[in-house]
Amino acid sequence: MCLAVPGKVLDIEERDGTRMATVDFGGVVKEVCLEYVPDLKVGEYAIVHVGFALQRLDEESARQTLALFEELGLLQEEFGDPWEAAAAQGGQQAVPGADGAPAAAVGTTAREARQ
Amino acid sequence: MKYIDEFQDPELARRLLDDIHAMATRPWALMEVCGGQTHTIIRHGIDQLLPEKVELIHGPGCPVCVTPLEVIDKALEIAARPDVIFCSFGDMLRVPGTDRDLFRVRSEGGDVRVVYSPLDALKTAQQNPDREVVFFGIGFETTAPPNAMTVYQARKLGIRNFSLLVSHVRVPPAIEAIMTSPSCRVQAFLAAGHVCSVMGTAEYPALAERFQVPIVVTGFEPLDILEGIRRTVGQLERGEHTVDNAYPRAVRAEGNPAAQAMLADVFEVTDRSWRGIGTIPASGWRLSERYREYDAEHRFSVENITTREPAACRSGEVLQGLLKPHECEAFGTTCTPRTPLGATMVSSEGACAAYYLYRRLGTTPTPQEASPVA
Repeated sequence: MCLAVPGKVLDIEERDGTRMATVDFGGVVKEVCLEYVPDLKVGEYAIVHVGFALQRLDEESARQTLALFEELGLLQEEFGDPWEAAAAQGGQQAVPGADGAPAAAVGTTAREARQ
Repeated sequence: MKYIDEFQDPELARRLLDDIHAMATRPWALMEVCGGQTHTIIRHGIDQLLPEKVELIHGPGCPVCVTPLEVIDKALEIAARPDVIFCSFGDMLRVPGTDRDLFRVRSEGGDVRVVYSPLDALKTAQQNPDREVVFFGIGFETTAPPNAMTVYQARKLGIRNFSLLVSHVRVPPAIEAIMTSPSCRVQAFLAAGHVCSVMGTAEYPALAERFQVPIVVTGFEPLDILEGIRRTVGQLERGEHTVDNAYPRAVRAEGNPAAQAMLADVFEVTDRSWRGIGTIPASGWRLSERYREYDAEHRFSVENITTREPAACRSGEVLQGLLKPHECEAFGTTCTPRTPLGATMVSSEGACAAYYLYRRLGTTPTPQEASPVA
């Protein structure tokens, strides 16, 4: 959870009076709040933690970190299906929740997103 | 060197390690504060590549691990209520409460949902106006600003069915608690890089001066850690104790002022209990008076919680760097990721989980494995 992942800003828009961006994390695309780095521009990179950009990052550092995180399986850990991971850890069966989504379909993995 | 080829830049890693080996003339004990750093260290065998004189001690910087049992039990009780949608980050699912975890609550019918961002929980509240949506707000200075912004947004948008179960903690008071403990062996700190991305380094010079310890801001990648260790050992050998930033690509001295301003608006500093450690003065945040209506503890009656810490769990000693995970009698026997006694065994940043995952069961590396020139 403490892991902050570099991502590239794809587009920016105001939503409910808040500056939001679509950010690409090596294949996984997420909504990210830009209120803490308000001058971030499309095409730039930032360190993102739990959906919030926290600091701007240069492109080369961002690319290197993303490549390393993917190699180490950290992107899967960050963006994969948490119910499936918890079930596997506990040797249990993941059950569908009240939100109706089967546990295995909750997240999108880096690999799936790129296909 | 056993693992060196797995480094992003093996040549640079070798040079950094050679420097550290050449510099270290006396025994030094360094604490890496952050659990993310612990995992990098164990995963890459960095501790085994260092000179015998340089010891890494694992610190308390895993937010999941330090969340007290009482708060976990409150979360479980709230999550089990039929009128509640309980939102959490994924790494809280298997953290054991007194007699169950969030995974179990969901299997028993509780509406527990995992979100990527606290703003997703707020969206859930907007989409379910007839339900109470509670977000489990844990974490250090890196996670607190996103949660602060979410509560600010809830108030701005007039969303009333949203609240936060808050258990936020701060790093500097933890450093102070570690340094004032009579059994403390720590001589320097590798500070947590992303905490400093938010808070900057202003809180550290006073600590470095008071306890005469070098504090080097360090990132999370293997080379970041090696560079942090190189600078730290250099200071120790020279008898210096300054604050140094070895992670400048992500950390500026002033941190992120916008995030700090939001923290100051939404939260106020309070004493916090740390799991396995106890109460540390001024070591956390709670919602300030003007945001109190968004505090889940006020909204739900969860005061009469009875908690039972498992006696066999020694995670408190692990979190203070007094015990290595494999030195605990329960490690790998009665305590495994499948049957965890404490959060340090199931958190993705937990020290016990790192030792278990990477098979560090207390075996000493052979000289060939440990030597930097092999």
